[in-house]
Order: sequence, then structure tokens, then C-alpha cells
Amino acid sequence: MAAQLYKDGGFVADDWRHLGDDDLLPEAGAVILPLARFLESVATAPASLKLAVLLRAADDPDALAPHLSRLELIAVDFAKFSDGRGYSTARLLCRRHGFDGELRAVGDVLLDQIPLMRRCGFTAFEIVHAPTRRALEAGHNVEVPLYLQPAERAGERPAGARAWARRPAASPV
Amino acid sequence: MYRYDEFDTDFVSARVEQFTDQVRRRLAGDLDEEQFKPLRLMNGVYLQLHAYMLRVAIPYGTLNGAQMRKLAYVARTYDRGYGHFTTRQNIQFNWPRLKDIPAILEELATVEMHAIQTSGNCIRNVTADHFSAAAADEILDPRPYAEILRQWSSLHPEFSFLPRKFKIAVTGAPHDRAAVQVHDIGLQAKRDADGNVGFTVFVGGGLGRTPMIARKVRDFLPEEDLLAYCEAILRVYNRYGRRDNKYKARIKILVHETGVETLKADIEREFEEIRHGVLRLPQDEIDRITDYFAAPPFDADADDGSLDRASAADPALAAFVERNLHAHKAPGYASVTISLKPIGKAPGDATADQMDAVAALAERYGHDEIRVSHEQNLVLPHVRKADVPAIFEGLKAAGLAEANAGLVTDIIACPGMDFCALATARSIPVAQRISERFGTPERQRDIGDLKIKISGCINACGHHHVGHIGILGVEKKGEEYYQITLGGSGDENSSIGEIIGRGFSYDDVVDAVETLVDTYIGLRETPQEDFLAAYRRVGDAPFKEALYGTA
Ligand code: HEM
Ligand code: SF4
Repeated sequence: MAAQLYKDGGFVADDWRHLGDDDLLPEAGAVILPLARFLESVATAPASLKLAVLLRAADDPDALAPHLSRLELIAVDFAKFSDGRGYSTARLLCRRHGFDGELRAVGDVLLDQIPLMRRCGFTAFEIVHAPTRRALEAGHNVEVPLYLQPAERAGERPAGARAWARRPAASPV
Repeated sequence: MYRYDEFDTDFVSARVEQFTDQVRRRLAGDLDEEQFKPLRLMNGVYLQLHAYMLRVAIPYGTLNGAQMRKLAYVARTYDRGYGHFTTRQNIQFNWPRLKDIPAILEELATVEMHAIQTSGNCIRNVTADHFSAAAADEILDPRPYAEILRQWSSLHPEFSFLPRKFKIAVTGAPHDRAAVQVHDIGLQAKRDADGNVGFTVFVGGGLGRTPMIARKVRDFLPEEDLLAYCEAILRVYNRYGRRDNKYKARIKILVHETGVETLKADIEREFEEIRHGVLRLPQDEIDRITDYFAAPPFDADADDGSLDRASAADPALAAFVERNLHAHKAPGYASVTISLKPIGKAPGDATADQMDAVAALAERYGHDEIRVSHEQNLVLPHVRKADVPAIFEGLKAAGLAEANAGLVTDIIACPGMDFCALATARSIPVAQRISERFGTPERQRDIGDLKIKISGCINACGHHHVGHIGILGVEKKGEEYYQITLGGSGDENSSIGEIIGRGFSYDDVVDAVETLVDTYIGLRETPQEDFLAAYRRVGDAPFKEALYGTA
């Protein structure tokens, strides 16, 4: 299967594997675990196994506070694209907790929502929706490249003298 | 009035391009209807009973002549020659074709208009008092704050997929004409003893199937904290608002189920964390926006006594002056309400020719300013009293001179069964029949202030819960049935109307309303005691008895 992970302007290979609640933990590698399982396993997992966490819409990002400095990746699940809780989850991770690792949107991730996700702090996207994938591959940009909220992401540039008018960073993140 | 700068112009045209592309991808099948729906709703495009509907934003209800002419042009070119002004200070076109919508949006963009966030589960068009900057009782103009909120909420990355729609209203006067207590966030601007600006903040009002009056969460929120506080409310709502049942998804339900004290604590905690951050409103930004709303230069000799003389000679003009003029803060000036409720017509509809006529009057006599009121009327906020006779003549020629502002025929009605896919009953024809029943000038004026509001289903777009007399159309065994509520009010003393008893058929509902009105006339203490005051004094017993007898 072709790479699903869209990051830094292209599809790239993904070293991480999603595990469910009942899948066996491997001895080595890199796995993404649901929150409860992550919290349960984090102290006992072998050093050869890298752990990341999947936050579902109702999960509280505060639960990760003690572990953030050691987390390379947090995935946020959009089970349904119309459920917008994940946007707030991302904002809290970035702003309240200062998380600066990979923040990955997974699930029902669609073309028109990606620009919003980026502005909330997402840096990587797992894409399953075929038209979205085609559009991304074709470099089809659907963003309104002008923002009316204070800068969220490093690199957004002021647009004129207005308090919060912003344009995107010079090159896509 | 707010004018776009280069940034806004680019923003709106980028948004038109974006939507054009979304329509193209929808037609190509890259987006299915479920995926497309929130995108089109965020651009005001509804799928209705017969056709698509386009809802165009009129931020805080303020527009100028050129914008009104453009709406007339759109009505003529892409619709059936009319538009429908709504209770949220927007205009709806009922018959555009999906493929024309990008072209309509481009037209609108040329006069700094758009349809962004007039629908969908996002922060909607922010509404404000329609007499802003004009009303004699105003403390300060709420529109700069409405504009600041509009900008901040436009394509907000975090709050575009909320559990449900989110409505904010702002008023700057003690008499609340913006119904702030039935909004998700209601803001009442005021000044403290030292002259600092702040807001009383209400959260969790709404109508729909579970009507609720908003709860106060802050008595005086300093203006610099406005955005941070709103963001805190929205974040709490986005995270914890119910998503399992769309009828329980508004913030009012969260307030109700969580309890206002707990929720307030959550909001305050979130606010504490961000209040000193980037969202703190700089004074120079407030000043910059406020400058756009500077009042026009008012003449010192705007009232030369000619209006009084003309009124004395013309009873029709006198009636118009009595009902449709509102006290202005500048001496010699008034605000004129242009009733979109001619007797027997659909409330809120205006033809393209009428829109052009209003634009011309505004340009000639009204400092080029027009307002849309949440009562589905238009307003010329700043006119010289000396010009009122000429304006009255102009309105007569356009069929818009009905002297019924605030009277029994100034009815709010939703589109109902005639247009709306969700309707369970007709509402416009009920409004038309009530209007005809009470339509003579003497009778209306004898009845005095009375707000009748009609919805064609439980979603309550016609605000029936806050009507002095509210009428809700429901379906019962395949027939339309109308439930009547009494004593609702949407001002600073908001209340939800109480159901008076069993409903009435389509044929009988107008008689029932007449019985209620006659009962009121019989029991009022003086002609100055209006329907609501009388109802609040005597309660529902006399009305019940008149409608149903003593059973
Ligand atoms: C014809 C197409 C329309 C449809 C399908 C529609 C649908 C709805 C629905 C489903 C709700 C309930 C939302 C909820 O409680 O969560 C609602 C509420 C509302 N609608 Fe409409 N509506 C339409 C037209 C209008 C018009 C023409 C107006 C203005 C005259 C209007 C004004 C409102 C208002 C003010 C509310 C808010 C009530 C509240 O606070 O809960 N709607 N609408
Ligand atoms: S109240 Fe019901 S019938 Fe009326 S417009 Fe709203 S959804 Fe349609």
C-alpha cells in the first residue's frame, strides 16, 4: 500500500504502526496506542519500543502532561470529520502544554479541513480519502491564505498593520 | 460604516475562489453530499424544499445604498425578483441555482458582501441593535465590537466544526433591541463609573425546541478581554457540548446539564490561562475599528418645524410619525422604520424595486446608511425630521409606508411550509391572514404595541417563544395545528411564553388571536397598558377563559 502519511508537502513513509487495545505489544519498533493503553504501558514498555499515543475526541490532553517531554508523536483521531473536538485538543497540546513534536491528524481527514488543522498545530496527516489524496498529490491548494486570528504557527507573517491579519509562512510546513 | 481594506478584499475573493472550487469538486464527485454540506452551509447555501437557498450576511445589519442595490440586482438576475430579510439581519434568496452561486458571490464581493458563516455549525453572523449609533438611549455603539468579533470568528480554525451553530448578539443600550438573552453569547456593552467600557456577558440563551433565557456569567467584562473570554467560552463548548443529539447540542443544553456555576468555573479557568496572551484587545485596534463607525456630521437645523406642520395636515403622515419614528440622539433627527409588513404580504419580503427605492432614499436623505432589524424591517437610522415627509412620499410610492412598526401587524414569521423542508405547518399565510384581520389603521393603533411571532415548526426560526403572542405550527393527524403561547418577550426583561391550552386549526387560529386581543382590550387599565404589561398583571386566566370557556 502506498504511503498514507502526508507531511512537509508530500507523502512519506511512516515508521509508526497503530495498535488497538487488544493487539500484542511488540518488543521493538514504534507503535501508536490508545490513551488508556498508553498510560498503562508507558512505564513498563521495553526501551527498544517507541510509544506514541492516540487521543480520541473525548480524551483529555491534560492526561498526557507528565509524558509530553518524552513523546515524539501524538495522533489525534477525527472519527468523523464533522466532530471538531480534535481542533481544540491540538490547540491545548500546543499552547497549554507546549508540545512541539509531530501532531498527526488521523481518521476522517479531508482536503478542506487540512488548512484549519494546520493552523491549530497539526503537522502531519494520515490520508485515506482517495480524492483528498489525489488533490494533495496534485498540489491542489484549497486554503484561504489570509487569517484573521492571532498567529498560531511559527512562520505566519503579519499582513499589513492590522492587529491580527496574517498570511501563511513563506513555504508550506 | 466598516469599509474593507485590501486584506478584507483579498480575503473575501479568496473565499469565493475556495467555494467555487468546492462546488466544482462536488459536481465532479470528489466530495459527497455529506462532506459538501458543512462547506456549503459555511457559505450560506441551504438545500430547501424546492431549491437551494442562499443566505447573505449583513454584518450587524448595517449596509449602504450600493450594497442594497446589489442585493436588488441579485434578486432580479438570479432569483425571482425578491429577497427575504431574516430575523438574524441577513437576507435570503430562495431560488438561486447552485451553479450560479459562485457568480452571485463574486457580484456580492464587489460591494464588500459575502455569505460567510451565515449557516453551519460555526460562529454565525454577529447581530447588533438596529438603532446602533442613533438611539437616544444608547450608551455606546456596539458595532465596533460586533465587527471585531466578526473578524476574529471568520474562518476560525478551531471553531468551524462546533457541536452546533453559535450565535452572538451585542447591544449598547439599556433597552435591548438585539434580543441578546436568547443568543448563545449575549453581550450588553456599558461603561463603569470611570467611563471604561465593558460587557455584561450572557451565555446559553436560545429558542428552538428547548427555549432558554441566557444566564449571566460576567457583570462587567473589560473590553480588552472580549476575545479571550469568547474564545474561552467557545473552547469549553467545543470540547464539552453534546454531539450525540443535534437537538441537544446547543450551548444552552450544556449550561443546563452542567449547571451554570460549574460551567462558569470551566470558562474562567480557560480564560485565566489565555487572558494575557495574544487575544488581549489592544486599545489602538479598538480605536481603529471604532473610527469606521463614526456618526455622520449632523446638521444643527435638521428640524425646521415642517414635519409638525405637515403631520398636522396629513393624518397618514402623522400615524407614520407616531409609529415608525424612533428617538435619535442628535436633536432634530430621527430613525425611520421601513415596515416590510404591508397588510396581507409575506413578512420580511422585499422586491428588487423596493430595495432600489430604499437605497435611493438612504442615499438622498439618510447618510447612505440602512439597517436590517431582527424584526424583519429596514431602518434609515439617521434622517433629518424635516426630510421625513419626503421620505414618507418615497416609501408610499414603493408600497413601503405601512405605519405599523411594533403593532399587531408587524409580525415575524418564518418561511414555514411554503419554502422550508423542515416545516410542519404554514406560517406566512397565517401571518397574512392575521395582518388582514387587524389591518385597519384605527384598529391596529387602538390595540397598541403587540408582538406576534410565528414559526412553522419547533425549530422556532420565527421566535414564537418570545412573542407577546407566539404561534407555533405543528402537525397533528395530517393537519396543521397551531399552538399559542402568551407572555413571551425578547428584550432586557426576556421571558419565554407559556402555552395557553390546546391548539387551533388553520381556519380557527386567526379567530383565536382575535379573541385574545379583544380580551386584552376589555381588561387593560388604560390604553397605555400594552398587551404584555396587561398579561403580566392579570396572568393567563382571563385569556384561557375567553378561549376555552370555564371548563
Ligand atoms: C427556510 C430555511 C430554514 C431552515 C431549514 C432553518 C432551520 C433551522 C433550524 C433547524 C433551527 C434550530 C436550530 C437549533 O435549535 O439548534 C433554526 C433556528 C433558527 N432559525 Fe432557522 N431555518 C430556516 C430559515 C430561517 C429564517 C428565514 C430565519 C429568519 C427569519 C431563521 C431564523 C432562525 C433563528 C433566529 C433561529 C434560532 C432559534 C434559536 O436560537 O435556537 N431561520 N433554523
Ligand atoms: S421554524 Fe421550522 S418551518 Fe420555520 S423556517 Fe425554521 S425550520 Fe423552517
